[in-house]
Amino acid sequence: MGNWLYEKVLPLLSNLPWVLLIGVCAGFVAALVYAIVRTVQKKTLRRSVRESLWGYFFIFPWVVGICIFFLSGVADSLLYSFYNLKLEGGLQLAPLTGTDELGNTVYAPFANYVAVFNKELNYPVTLANFAVSLVLQLPIIISFSLIIALMLNGKIKGRGVFRTIFFLPVIIATGPVMSKLTAQGVSSVPMVSQNTITSILAGMPEFIVTPITDLFSQLILILWNSGIQILIFLAGLQKVPSTLYEAAKIDGASGWETFWKITLPTLRSMILLNSIYTVVTLATGSTNPIIDLIYNATYAVTKGYSYGAAMTWMYTVIVAVLLLITFLLIREKKEKKSNAVWRRDVESARRGMQSGKVRKLLERGKHA
Amino acid sequence: MSQNDAALKARRREIRRDRFKKRMLGSADKRGLLMSVVIYVLLITIAFIYLYPILYMFSRSLMDRSDLLDASAKWLPSQITGKNYNDAILTLDYWNSLWKNLVLALIPTVCQVFICSMVGYGFARYNFPLKRFWMGVLILAFLLPTQVTSLPNYLTFSRLKLADGTVKPFLITALLGQGFKSVLCILIFYNFHRQTPQSLVEAAEIDGAGHFKAYWRIAVPLCTAAIVVVTLFSFVWYWNETTLVREYLGYGHTRAKGLTTLMIELQKFEDSYSVTFDARASSVTSTNKINDAIRMAGTMLAIAPLLVLYFVLQKQFVESVDRAGITGE
Repeated sequence: MGNWLYEKVLPLLSNLPWVLLIGVCAGFVAALVYAIVRTVQKKTLRRSVRESLWGYFFIFPWVVGICIFFLSGVADSLLYSFYNLKLEGGLQLAPLTGTDELGNTVYAPFANYVAVFNKELNYPVTLANFAVSLVLQLPIIISFSLIIALMLNGKIKGRGVFRTIFFLPVIIATGPVMSKLTAQGVSSVPMVSQNTITSILAGMPEFIVTPITDLFSQLILILWNSGIQILIFLAGLQKVPSTLYEAAKIDGASGWETFWKITLPTLRSMILLNSIYTVVTLATGSTNPIIDLIYNATYAVTKGYSYGAAMTWMYTVIVAVLLLITFLLIREKKEKKSNAVWRRDVESARRGMQSGKVRKLLERGKHA
Repeated sequence: MSQNDAALKARRREIRRDRFKKRMLGSADKRGLLMSVVIYVLLITIAFIYLYPILYMFSRSLMDRSDLLDASAKWLPSQITGKNYNDAILTLDYWNSLWKNLVLALIPTVCQVFICSMVGYGFARYNFPLKRFWMGVLILAFLLPTQVTSLPNYLTFSRLKLADGTVKPFLITALLGQGFKSVLCILIFYNFHRQTPQSLVEAAEIDGAGHFKAYWRIAVPLCTAAIVVVTLFSFVWYWNETTLVREYLGYGHTRAKGLTTLMIELQKFEDSYSVTFDARASSVTSTNKINDAIRMAGTMLAIAPLLVLYFVLQKQFVESVDRAGITGE
């Protein structure tokens, strides 16, 4: 198993991105030559060929870049996690070995991954903490940014000023400035003291109180992390067709009903997008303790890069699972029947309005 | 008669009460006063929460040493002092670092905007073989943490001798569409270009414009809003990133030899402070100890260019949100 992996599979892995790059370049050049020959012969070029050529013309720099920097980086990092990497005097990769029950030396390609399980005692704890804080923060960030976006979208005075302030976090909330501010204790709300919250929650069990107090102590940070989410929701709100609201109003829907039946369903894809964005930024941000852990392991003498790479890949799989769960929870489900009927009614009301049918109906109602 | 009067009065009172109720709670068309008050109070509170760290930073940075220790001067300094800013400017080597940082942030930003717009247009407009595959790669690049590719990339850089403290690695990655968070930029442009009416571009092509000319003269002017957003974001990302910047610059470089950014200088603030001021007056170190006010002044100085840029572009930025399309369906 180990033998086969080291001799057949892994060497191919690091070559894959380059093969892809060369293949795409060759295809592009071949199509280009074909197009030039056709043009010289004054024959027409098929539309699909022309489209593909121009498409690749526009994305070509990116294709080259993604092969060199991203795909080869991904392949290499995956490769390194199965080796023992040393940087003395150039890059050296040594296959991982172990001993089997009989005392023979055998290849053990997964040794780094196994070692993470055995050695890294902090890892599962940090992961669990991260998952809990994610579950707590995600709904808060989403609902908070939705509320703000709704308020900013309405008719209010000084909308420009408010918007300017509310997008401010997009500018500053990254990088070392935030850590400087957290160190100063600016990350909690000034008026609400920690003790008040603790005394309010006095009767409750420990496992409820701790996350809530944590939440309040991090409130500003959480709010500051929702700048882009507000932006996305606002953009989504602009796209809800106003005719839908008008039709609902004619049908006598209240603002509350309109929100639940029109605004929220139309924003569903935005909520999904926002959740994924939030999970990704929380998971890969520099304030994440797991990223710290991985960094420390990577530059520790006893562990090294291969070990760090193994940790990163395990973490990537976990984040992918978290993303998948988020996706499954929020994605668009099959439309319920009542909802469909309601939508059809709105649609017909809208059409009726255009032809003056509704007005006629209303008039007839008055006379009756 | 009197009975009639009383009835009239009661009716009038009822109307008045109705009107009051309507004004407070609102009707179907108009928001009530009560609701307005709630909304404004909420908005102002949250705006304050957003502004609080900056206000705090600013007021602290103007404080004297005695004010810092004085609990009564929590908000406003009793006496405004510019000494902290002076010290911070010396520590950061501010004007020099600012210039270097501007070079490091502006050049890649321009390249990034240019390339990402083209790539976004390519994806939005054309059909080509392997398109779905490349879109998948794009999404993967968005989801994977940068740590996955960071060391292999560093090795690539050092093998090609690129990490030499100049703007070169930033330029090359940006020109190949691999700048900081370039995936997001590409996605933003993709959504914008997808909304441009195809008929406009096709009309230009029928009128004899080539594909590139159609892009440059029709599609680009139509997505100014996206250009504003992406420019602002890219600049901010290039300005605020530290880990990757240090990797790109090479770890051995200091501000004396190569380029640097204010954020990196800010991370080393304490060390540079003691170096700067110990060298000047080693005997009076006790009075020259670093304090929060100086730290805050340094932070303020580091984000000042961002704030300036934001307030310059603010109008276009806020409007571009209105025009929608920063996201797709």
